[in-house]
Amino acid sequence: MPASNPSRLFLSGNEAVARAVWESGCKVAAAYPGTPSTEMLEVISTYPEIYSEWSVNEKVALEVAIGAAFAGSRAFCAMKHVGMNVASDALMTLTLTGVIGGLVIAIADDVGLSSSQNEQDSRFWGRFAHLPVFEPADSQEAYEMTKLAFDFSEQHQVPVILRMTTRINHVKGLVSVGTRAEHPNLGGFKKDPARWVMTPAGAGRRIPLMFERDVALAAAAEVSPLNSVESGRDRRVGFVASGPTYMHVKESFPDAPVLKLGFSCPVPVEKIRTFAATVDKLIVVEEVEPLVEKELKAAGIACHGKDLLPKQGELAPNVLRPAIAKLLGEPAPEHLAPPAPVFPRPPTMCVACPHLGVYYTLSQIKNITISGDIGCYTLGAGHPWNALDTTISMGASMGIALGLDKGRGEADKDKRILAVIGDSTFLHMGMQGLLDIVYNRGNVTVLLLDNRAVGMTGGQPDPGSGRDIHGEPAPRVDFAKLVEALGVKKERIHVVDPYQLPVLFKAIREEIKIPEVSVIITDQPCVLIDDYKKQKPYEVLDAKCTGCGNCIEVGCPAIHVVRREKAIKPSGKEVELQFVRIETSVCTGCGLCVQPCAPDAIVPADPSKPIRLVKH
Amino acid sequence: MPESNVTNILVVGIGGQGVMTATEILAEAAIALGHDVKKTEVAGMAQRGGVVSSHLRFGPKVLSPQIMPGTADLLVAFEAAEGLRWCHYLKPGGLVLMNTAQIVPPVVDLGLYDYPPDPIAEIRAKGYRIHAFDAMKIALELGDVRLGNTVMLGAMADHLPFPADVLLEAIVKRFRARKPQMVELNQKAFEAGRTAEKAAAHAKETETA
Repeated sequence: MPASNPSRLFLSGNEAVARAVWESGCKVAAAYPGTPSTEMLEVISTYPEIYSEWSVNEKVALEVAIGAAFAGSRAFCAMKHVGMNVASDALMTLTLTGVIGGLVIAIADDVGLSSSQNEQDSRFWGRFAHLPVFEPADSQEAYEMTKLAFDFSEQHQVPVILRMTTRINHVKGLVSVGTRAEHPNLGGFKKDPARWVMTPAGAGRRIPLMFERDVALAAAAEVSPLNSVESGRDRRVGFVASGPTYMHVKESFPDAPVLKLGFSCPVPVEKIRTFAATVDKLIVVEEVEPLVEKELKAAGIACHGKDLLPKQGELAPNVLRPAIAKLLGEPAPEHLAPPAPVFPRPPTMCVACPHLGVYYTLSQIKNITISGDIGCYTLGAGHPWNALDTTISMGASMGIALGLDKGRGEADKDKRILAVIGDSTFLHMGMQGLLDIVYNRGNVTVLLLDNRAVGMTGGQPDPGSGRDIHGEPAPRVDFAKLVEALGVKKERIHVVDPYQLPVLFKAIREEIKIPEVSVIITDQPCVLIDDYKKQKPYEVLDAKCTGCGNCIEVGCPAIHVVRREKAIKPSGKEVELQFVRIETSVCTGCGLCVQPCAPDAIVPADPSKPIRLVKH
Repeated sequence: MPESNVTNILVVGIGGQGVMTATEILAEAAIALGHDVKKTEVAGMAQRGGVVSSHLRFGPKVLSPQIMPGTADLLVAFEAAEGLRWCHYLKPGGLVLMNTAQIVPPVVDLGLYDYPPDPIAEIRAKGYRIHAFDAMKIALELGDVRLGNTVMLGAMADHLPFPADVLLEAIVKRFRARKPQMVELNQKAFEAGRTAEKAAAHAKETETA
């Protein structure tokens, strides 16, 4: 029985990679949390043999891993796709130096945009940086390829990119695992400025070596067992597939021949040419970009790909089957029942989230433009606040706010510019942007929402938390001092409690009037971390509730409308009254909704009453 | 053909309801029986009140981790509107096990959208079978709203291609390792869910909607 075998575990792709990193004798692992990559470092942090850290951003995480690899140890770095945009400056020179100790860089592509601001194909980094790319198709392969990647990295002295997607990172499957083998440090750091110090002249001498390596990598890909042909009886179409698309192809067309690409960069063009000759039509199935397809076409190999398949999202069987049926001239698969139209359920801020008060306040202020950032507080763009005007990438709120200020047209002459950023985001990429605002005398009011965690990815610690990846005490950055050091005047820095709405409102109103940079720091922990202390819940006195709906504008998910009524105001205007109830089972007593309630209808809940669930 | 030997179970609900944990326990039961198992979630920012859908596939060999629309053997909905949202994933005439508790999102409270007036009737009108009962109420009566997912596991127990005891054993095993003081309560929740589902199935046959 497989289940009785303890070496067979039910692991997600992320957990499988972490296990393999440990088994491979890795010494140093670093990452910045980001869905769908986060769990790799979370699991690695449980292995005492590996030094692990949450770095402030992906570039620093990669640099830490590079240093360890230069020192002769095995090193690992993980990030989500957008993280590599941040880390790429280091990557593009790393490709010239290469490594000594094996270095594996796992990049998690959010195909289907479950929680990202774009959908990008990280296989391009392999092309761009002339690095090998391995692509696992399930948890077992994620485990095996990670181990192979360390060996390959050392053999060719090259970092290896492990390209994963959400359907690898977050799919659980059975994995046969092994045990950890100590891997010796490969002789320590050896001084070699010609290799490790990339001056223009030094880098220039390394570039030809990179091209030589390209030849070796291409040869390795052609013969790699990670690229394998599976024959099939139905030769009308043959597939080239990598990553999760391989599983989707096998599920959809069990009788078709498949060339599975596990080592997909450099593309094993000759292997695919040979395979193509054995089938009537060749179809390249790849998420997201037609990267292999274009390379095959350039090599004169006829194939289909994005002419049939979507250029966006996942290529699951329900997408593949009808597309290929069309190519074969077969009737489309049976018409399926359409989904029922049900209200959307977008993510929202948590009950009692300290950001609620900030966005409620911002939604009450007119004539402002708000530059937003990546994190939970991006949700401020949604209902009921509608209080964000831009969101591009992590840390970008700062520079964009300065640009909005400097580039304003006549129509925006009197608009106040605000930028909103979280603690982790500020430390990740926001600090430099704020420095730029200060240096270039921008007129921006910055709201630095310090909730002492990387909230959106699950409350991981950051240098603002006072804890490290293991939950151990760590120095906590003083944001007020930090922004003062960046040049913000001391009198323009305020630390406020975001649950004190009048104080917050006053601070924002005053600072937006002053034509220079101000920073308002809100300091309350994320409700999902241990630092958050629940208080007694509130309830609504039905007899006192006037249906004004002010409390709903706060946006707390614990407040529900139980009755709507039409009413005529003395002015003759018709209004809709919304009578509310608080879900006492989830209310944490933050008191935000109490403050805008004019009739004082929200009071501490009677503890003798049973907790109340709201049901319509 | 892999499809015909693979059981597809879709579990849906809202972040924080224990959808993923319930599916994990179901997966452990399937693993204990020697099946190949794959499990995947679409939980985009679900911790922030979003929709969670957890796909579980098991059989001799599972390839794609995703259940295709129109192929699920069983849909387990932890929330009424979510049952309606996902029912097209079922095979024609497939079965929905539904917790009738309604979790109303802010967009509905703000008056931007309406909560479907009768999700159960709508699901039936589409030709699916449905057994519905208030699992949240049962969990609260047992003293902890978090028992809701075990109640729903109990509801599934008689609709799986293996004996109910295997599932119960997976629950007990999990709690014995993590929270031994909760074993007995979860056993009760499991049986309560099983009983409630049977009653709901019976009621369905004796009355309409």
